[in-house]
Amino acid sequence: MTDIDENAPAVRSVPRPADYVEPIFGNSPEGTHVWQRVPYNPADYGPVADFATDFDHADPAYNPEAPGVWKELREGGCPVAHSDRYGGMWVPLTHDTVHEVAYDIENFTSRAVVVSVGRPGDLALPAPIGGAPPITSDPPFHGMARRLLLPAFAPKQIEPWEPEIRTLCQDLLDRMGDIAPGETVIDAAIQYAQHIPVNVIGRMLGFPSEDEALFRKFVHDALERIAEEPGTREGMEELGYYITTQIQDHHANPRDDLTSYLLNVEIDGQKVTDDIAGGMIVLLLIAGIDTTWSAIGSSLWHLAQHPEDHQRLLDDPEVMTFALEEFLRAYAPVTMARLVAQDNDFHGCPMKKDDWVLLPFPAANRDPKQFEDPDTFIVDRQENRHAAFGLGIHRCLGSNLARLELKVAIEEFIKRFPRFELAGDTRWSVGQIRGPRELPVRILEVAAP
Amino acid sequence: MRVHLDSEKCQGHNRCYALAPELFDVDDYGQAVLLVDGDVPAELHEKARLAASNCPEFAIKILEND
Repeated sequence: MTDIDENAPAVRSVPRPADYVEPIFGNSPEGTHVWQRVPYNPADYGPVADFATDFDHADPAYNPEAPGVWKELREGGCPVAHSDRYGGMWVPLTHDTVHEVAYDIENFTSRAVVVSVGRPGDLALPAPIGGAPPITSDPPFHGMARRLLLPAFAPKQIEPWEPEIRTLCQDLLDRMGDIAPGETVIDAAIQYAQHIPVNVIGRMLGFPSEDEALFRKFVHDALERIAEEPGTREGMEELGYYITTQIQDHHANPRDDLTSYLLNVEIDGQKVTDDIAGGMIVLLLIAGIDTTWSAIGSSLWHLAQHPEDHQRLLDDPEVMTFALEEFLRAYAPVTMARLVAQDNDFHGCPMKKDDWVLLPFPAANRDPKQFEDPDTFIVDRQENRHAAFGLGIHRCLGSNLARLELKVAIEEFIKRFPRFELAGDTRWSVGQIRGPRELPVRILEVAAP
Repeated sequence: MRVHLDSEKCQGHNRCYALAPELFDVDDYGQAVLLVDGDVPAELHEKARLAASNCPEFAIKILEND
């Protein structure tokens, strides 16, 4: 792990719980019953030479340059890219085509939403439930699962978290110690952004905050190591151990948190099974961490290079209403995925059942047909129908929480450090979640805490 | 001016409630609820247009009376 603070304690290993039965939520590390290897050997392919015909979002060159890749493909007359990697993958790149796939729940299933070298196998929780509901669910189960979770993440439930998130951000800034303006370099991703969402979702689920590095390991193994062999992603197995242990503990000691809520909630008068509750917990733990961490990091990366936008936010805090959405549009972190549910012709693309389809919402957000001057960051952009949180029935469940964390994290950082600049190479993530993993910035001015 | 909210299209992005709370509320599931019945007061026209032009699902329509 290179994205963990060097001074942080080593990530603990998770013991296998007693009486452990391999759960069917999440991705099982091996075997074909839950998870099937696709015919793709990364060693047979080199770095991507042409993204139109050999698209690979896990090529390390992709995330740093993604906006340029989308623009070049669109301008080159390629609204949908293709790749033989991962057993076959299509990539719509315009707002119209991304919108169309997101809305077409007949031809595209959410059974798997992270492209990797494996697909859900025959004994995975069957569609329409999937391994991490409701993100992996299709109707009609999707709607039922979503209604269980929506109230916990509705705006009026999330707003009261603001003071706690603000304190968390201030504590992280305090922990950076003495700053010598013009000299001190801090890492805004490692020392700041990566700690914020992991702490908030851990508290909501009722998991120990000491485990934050472990949660980042789960996220890294689930979302970044997608081209590696399943047996080598030990975090995936430990995720099963961890969630199972937490479910056992919450059964024995119920408390006022989301985990206990999900273990007791009912669909049609029946409690959900531990597998379904466990799948939902996997979703809440995995989906809320590097997504928001990426958005915070990308926003600070932008501000480090655009002091005029930074100054505007300091002079006119009201502009944050629009700036927040522009950060989300221009630096949307999340690309989703679908599997083709049945053979279909999509604008001349012969899509076959079980092909992957990437849903790059960040590319849709830079389509000139939908956004005026899309590659320019306009801090107070007035018309902004961005798709950062997806489109259609799978709109990000945690969007209200993500927005609050992003807003507070930016506000506190720029208040404490009224001027900062890039101080070295930014290292970007690999895979469907795009954002800085290392972001060294030099602090040029410090306000009193 | 009148505002039309298509509740079938609304996916709870919450943009209208953030931009025009005088015109939109959200229910316990985060779904938008239109608060005005009939003509929108003139002082809220700008906010109504803003809410419509920021809805990712194109669920809000503005009907301008001439």
